[in-house]
Amino acid sequence: MSIELQHLKKTYENGEEVLTDINTTIENGQFYILVGASGSGKSTILNAIAGFIPIDEGAVIINGKDVTQLPPKDRNLSMVFQNYALMPNLTVSENIVFGLAARHTDKDIQQKKLREVLNLVHLEEYKNKKPGNLSGGQRQRVSLARALVSDAQIILMDEPLSNLDAKLRAEMRKEIRSLQQQLGITVIYVTHDQTEAMTMGDQVMLLNEGKIEQIGSPLDLYNVPANTFVADFFGSPAINLVDVSIKNDILELNNTFKIPFNFENVQGKFKLGARPENIVIKNSGQLKGKVTHIEPLGDGTNLEVDIGLVEPFRIKVSEQIHLMIGDSVNFDILPDKVLLFTLEGNLIKIGQSELTVV
Amino acid sequence: MKKDKKGQLASQNLLAWSLLLPSFIILGIFVFYPMVKTFILSMQLTDLMGNPIKFIGFKNFLNLFNSDSFGTSFTVTLIFVFFSTTLTLIMSYLMAVLASQKMKGIALFRTMFSSTMGVSVTVASILWLFMFNPQIGLFSKILTLLHLPQINFLSDQTWSLIAIIGTTVWMNLGFSFLILLGAIQAIPQDLYQVADLDGASWWMRLRKITIPSTSATIFFVTVVTLINAFQTFGQVDILTSGGPDYHTNLLVYAIYQDAFVNHSVGRASAQSVILTIIIMIFTMLQFYVKNKKGAKNAN
Amino acid sequence: MQTSNFQKTSRLILLISVTILLLLPLILGISLSLSSSQSIAQGNLWPKHLEFGNYIKVFTNTPMAKFLLHSFIVSGLVMIGQVVLSAMAAYAFVFLNFRFKKSVFILFLSTMMLPFEAQIIPNFATMRDLNLLNTYAAIGLPFLASAFGTFMMKTSFEQIPTALRQLSDIEGLNHFQFATKVVVPYTRVSIITFALYSFLTNWNMYLWPLIATTNDKVRTVQIGLRQLRSQDTASNWGLIMAVTIISVIPTLLIIFLGQKYFKKGLTNGVIK
Repeated sequence: MSIELQHLKKTYENGEEVLTDINTTIENGQFYILVGASGSGKSTILNAIAGFIPIDEGAVIINGKDVTQLPPKDRNLSMVFQNYALMPNLTVSENIVFGLAARHTDKDIQQKKLREVLNLVHLEEYKNKKPGNLSGGQRQRVSLARALVSDAQIILMDEPLSNLDAKLRAEMRKEIRSLQQQLGITVIYVTHDQTEAMTMGDQVMLLNEGKIEQIGSPLDLYNVPANTFVADFFGSPAINLVDVSIKNDILELNNTFKIPFNFENVQGKFKLGARPENIVIKNSGQLKGKVTHIEPLGDGTNLEVDIGLVEPFRIKVSEQIHLMIGDSVNFDILPDKVLLFTLEGNLIKIGQSELTVV
Repeated sequence: MKKDKKGQLASQNLLAWSLLLPSFIILGIFVFYPMVKTFILSMQLTDLMGNPIKFIGFKNFLNLFNSDSFGTSFTVTLIFVFFSTTLTLIMSYLMAVLASQKMKGIALFRTMFSSTMGVSVTVASILWLFMFNPQIGLFSKILTLLHLPQINFLSDQTWSLIAIIGTTVWMNLGFSFLILLGAIQAIPQDLYQVADLDGASWWMRLRKITIPSTSATIFFVTVVTLINAFQTFGQVDILTSGGPDYHTNLLVYAIYQDAFVNHSVGRASAQSVILTIIIMIFTMLQFYVKNKKGAKNAN
Repeated sequence: MQTSNFQKTSRLILLISVTILLLLPLILGISLSLSSSQSIAQGNLWPKHLEFGNYIKVFTNTPMAKFLLHSFIVSGLVMIGQVVLSAMAAYAFVFLNFRFKKSVFILFLSTMMLPFEAQIIPNFATMRDLNLLNTYAAIGLPFLASAFGTFMMKTSFEQIPTALRQLSDIEGLNHFQFATKVVVPYTRVSIITFALYSFLTNWNMYLWPLIATTNDKVRTVQIGLRQLRSQDTASNWGLIMAVTIISVIPTLLIIFLGQKYFKKGLTNGVIK
């Protein structure tokens, strides 16, 4: 079950563009993530795939068949919603077979499938309870089971975990991912949460104001971000992005720091991106500043160091260090992990090697 | 429920209109048509059967304004509306405040307080008819006990209106109480906790927290009670029949009398138009305030 | 908050006193209905010994049993009509796109400001001309459509999560299935609230049944009571009160059962 989106376009009546030319292919069995801030168009794409909203231009192809004009029921997919969408008057079991009952599936088959999915999502003992008596996590499991029971090979998930607390979210992330792999289904998953995007997806589409910023595997997006928006979106603390100029293998930062950097054939003004974990603190470090903020994490430490730029430098080290606010620190940027962007924000170089494809 | 296909849109149109049609037929025949008809009749001279004889413009209205009985009717209606609304509001609010406290068994009191909501105008009027009875009624007994002269509640010009107001307020209490109680219970408790920390008195809490937090509901209850008061009929019909000398001849009772007893349909229709205009003004005021509030909340 | 025993007791006394004062007319009514004629004539507010004869006489000496039945029929039919028509109209407003939706809605809205009392003259003429006077149709028809009910239903239908509609779209529910499997179960509390409220209002109708009936054929209990008080039974307070109490039992029951829902439902339907 592959899905192809071809040149999807959607404009609101007030002229606001929600989607501008969305193209992608979602392979069979893929966990495909649509991520972006609210208003980025990610839910609109999901709604267009489901058929809830008409699109102005383009086509949705499911398994080679153009379904753009088909109503949702004929697209052979199921959905998990943010607010669970459970009927409060029905029991867990009745909710799960809601769709099967509506399609008049044979009662015995309903019961057999019900038992299977109850087992899958570990809800056997709750099957006769009403949703009102369940926790948020259990309710989302019911919603998941209802999507699984339908035999649809594509499941759309619309921010299914955003109503859960942090601990439960982490658990459910694992559970959904392993269910998906176990059953080999295709999942299209909408989220605004970068952790979910990084940890769950095979493929991630990052959206911004109705446009695709980048599509790729989570690590690709992290390691080879197409532009500063992508670089800034993933990673916590966020990447350091600073204006630099490079001349004769000397990188100049803020007119104060001049560091020898061996970029072949590169001259001019750029944006330099350095991930907080690609910075090392050492006494011989060529950059120097004062600690303005410190977060001991136990397994490491997050620091913010003011070196006279607009924003302080974010640094992440994997050991506990004993510094106080106001202390002076010297540090270095690891040259082979550095990202170099044009002033418009497009990636041109990674570390000290030439970037061939952008 | 997609709407990108013309056929689907058309079928939605058809379905929507068939769902609305029954309501429309009823509203058309029994609300819109009568309204227009009443306006027309109000400008006609009519025979005893209520059939229009000829168009006379605003003459029915002019006659009304020059008639002493309508003058009395209209004045007592305004007095009645003012006092019954004010008293209903104050009393039901105090009851709601009293019943909003949390204690064991409070649910029973809440039910009791709201019970007059289920009492029909006939029942209320008959119960109070007995209260006002000059021989065996409760008030007569109390007056005797206090060695005060007897009052003919239902045939005295002033007391009869007071009697109608009293009966009406009693009837209204249940509904107003229930709505106001709901509003008071919806006030976030932390507001009161802050007030407790500041050592605010009961009166301060009422004035600074409870009343301001429920102002929208107070307004709503006021308008609803007011509109209902203008439409009062049953109490007058059973307790005083509009007397003595038109001093309880409230607007709707006057319409009923003129239309169905005196057979002067033109005059009754003119009064109906006046009633409609009054109610329209208050309803629109309510819509206006509600929308303004809604717009403010949306921002 | 600390409350002393003294405060608690005084509050309780206050609550009880208000309750007694408020219910005094009703209490006296019950008391008289259980008193003998002599006892009342002597000016006693309380019976010396309980007398149930008045309640028996209601059914043997007056047509009240018939009137009660009429009231049940009219109130029930109008209730069903109001719930069904209001829910149908509300469904169109919430779940369907159609032309002139806004204007139609405003038209519905406008009926709320037209008082029925001002329209009794043409409505009476309509019923008379249709030869419907003294029928259930005459009493009930004008009230089958309810703007208030439509708004209350609309407000509660709007609470149904979009996701449930989307789910129903995916599962291919048609409008009828969506209405019966999702909308009605999801909003059943509001529907029951409105039904109870409707019954209560219908049961207590006064002006229109008075005008629409000229004989006992379909006369309701409210009009029956009025009749009783103007006939030779007028001084038989025990009997009158017995009828009064019987007639108020159904609506008081509704208040006791539905109080919780009324508070929420009426507030939702009207204020928001």
